[in-house]
Amino acid sequence: MDNIVIETKNLTKTFGNFTAVDHISFQVFKGEIFGFLGANGAGKTTAMRMLCGLSKPTSGEGKVAGFDIYRQSEEVKKNIGYMSQKFSLYEDLKVWENIRLFAGIYGMNDRQISEKTDIMLKRLGFESERNTLVKELPLGWKQKLAFSVSIFHEPKIVFLDEPTGGVDPATRRQFWELIYQAADQGITVFVTTHYMDEAEYCNRVSIMVDGRIDALDSPKNLKQQYNAQSMEDVFQQLARKATRKAD
Amino acid sequence: MKIKYLIEKEFKQMIRDSFMPKLILIFPCIMMILMPWAADLEIKNINLCIVDNDHSDYSRKLINKINASEYFRLKEIAPTYTEAMESIEKGSIDVILEIPPFFERDLIKEKNTNVLISANTVNGTKGGLGSSYMMEIINSFAGEIQQEWKSADNKAVSAVNISIQNRFNPHLNYKFFMVPALMVMLLTLLCGFLPALNIVSEKEIGTIEQINVTPVNKFTFILAKLIPYWIVGFIVLSICFLLAKILYGISPVGNLSTLYFFALIFIILISGFGLIISNYSNTMQQAMFVMFFFIIILILMSGLFTPVASMPQWAQTIVFFNPLKYFIQVMRAVYLRGSGISELMPQLAALLSFAIILNIWAVVSYRKNS
Repeated sequence: MDNIVIETKNLTKTFGNFTAVDHISFQVFKGEIFGFLGANGAGKTTAMRMLCGLSKPTSGEGKVAGFDIYRQSEEVKKNIGYMSQKFSLYEDLKVWENIRLFAGIYGMNDRQISEKTDIMLKRLGFESERNTLVKELPLGWKQKLAFSVSIFHEPKIVFLDEPTGGVDPATRRQFWELIYQAADQGITVFVTTHYMDEAEYCNRVSIMVDGRIDALDSPKNLKQQYNAQSMEDVFQQLARKATRKAD
Repeated sequence: MKIKYLIEKEFKQMIRDSFMPKLILIFPCIMMILMPWAADLEIKNINLCIVDNDHSDYSRKLINKINASEYFRLKEIAPTYTEAMESIEKGSIDVILEIPPFFERDLIKEKNTNVLISANTVNGTKGGLGSSYMMEIINSFAGEIQQEWKSADNKAVSAVNISIQNRFNPHLNYKFFMVPALMVMLLTLLCGFLPALNIVSEKEIGTIEQINVTPVNKFTFILAKLIPYWIVGFIVLSICFLLAKILYGISPVGNLSTLYFFALIFIILISGFGLIISNYSNTMQQAMFVMFFFIIILILMSGLFTPVASMPQWAQTIVFFNPLKYFIQVMRAVYLRGSGISELMPQLAALLSFAIILNIWAVVSYRKNS
């Protein structure tokens, strides 16, 4: 199928004797919001890092945006956006300077950057903060900014690693609106989260337990399958089977 | 040109830092103003005690002559040697000169007399140099007396006159020797260690990961880190040249462009070294400690303070692998002797090979992918 943007087959990563990611196989479709769930230490971040080309798989195959993650990681990087768990814009740069830096790195020219910066800041209601140092922004704003920066260059896929950690419910809500907007533009969203209410917002979710994907379907189907009221229930039923200790 | 955006970012961060711009300006100034005075191995102000048992014309003449020298400070005249020794034990006196009774009589009648010099050599250099300075003064005193007698007798006596010519640093000014070498220390710290700490801090904060998922390749990223520090290095070096001229009147006998040429190679070399350290460190603490270790070895074993030739053989072997040594040699040669590139070929070869080896190592050890 043409609209598969992420595809893995038996993707595995081991560190010494420890298998962090154990033969995972799944597909993600274009424009989808794909929730990647799992308890702490289940291997989510490791899997995501492999897909982003930050870490080489031990075995198995993976394709992101049509490029092999093992051999063409530089090509993969051109087509993705990434927002890490740790806030990672430059705190000592101003809002517009961060946007300019990352846009420039992705090959946009000065004119494109300044035009798009205006549009983006207006949409976020950030115009007054253009010249604010990022470290002076509240966390929720930082997260929204980091997300907007990660999709500024219009990647095919954006990877979000626990983007809403530590953020208040109202801001989380706004954040998800941004995610929906991005998906509407045709950007595929690959998101990990610990909030089960957020899992309900996804088109499809996978649940990782001990490095394996134990369940993968739409939230509605999963609830039916596990005879559960909420995604919370589904998650609890699966996570209970885990033998690996959470870190 | 992605690198443009990265360099822009580095400069913005550098200027916005509350500490860096000040450090870049104040550091060379402090170093050039203070260090040449502190790192001075000349011994002056040796505290002297004289025990004059003769109280004659000649003994007074000798004392006056010693007093006129800038090396000694006549602190006391003790009546007996025992009392003078007590002062040494207290630490207030470094050297005792005892003039024996009948000093003048023996000198005139026997044409031969003895004086006693005794020195506190707890600080070996001070004591040793103190007694040899004293011997020089007494010898010249003896020479003058002989001359007097000869001219009085009107007899022509053959004498050997040794004339000493100090080349390249005619006034034996220690600062001429230290100042050019101190600039090497400055460049090592600014261009070697600061960019390395910068990279480690990005690792620690986590921003490097955000860069790693972008299509920026490792070479571009590192180059963008280094270029600002290279520019800073050249600015600081120029400040140093200027300060050396203004403060000490020291300007290179050789060509300034020779100095800049070697500085360029050295800056590339030392930033490669810093990168290697940053590649093997994950935290600032780790990097700082490793750098501290290396800076001490590199500076003490570079010939900056102590001559390499007087180190034991095994130490000289280590010094052979110290790039600072070669650059210090270059700085001193160009500053004092006026050497050009053609006379500095061995140093050029050494510095170039270090620069190539260290930078290849730095690139190989840098892993963008774990």
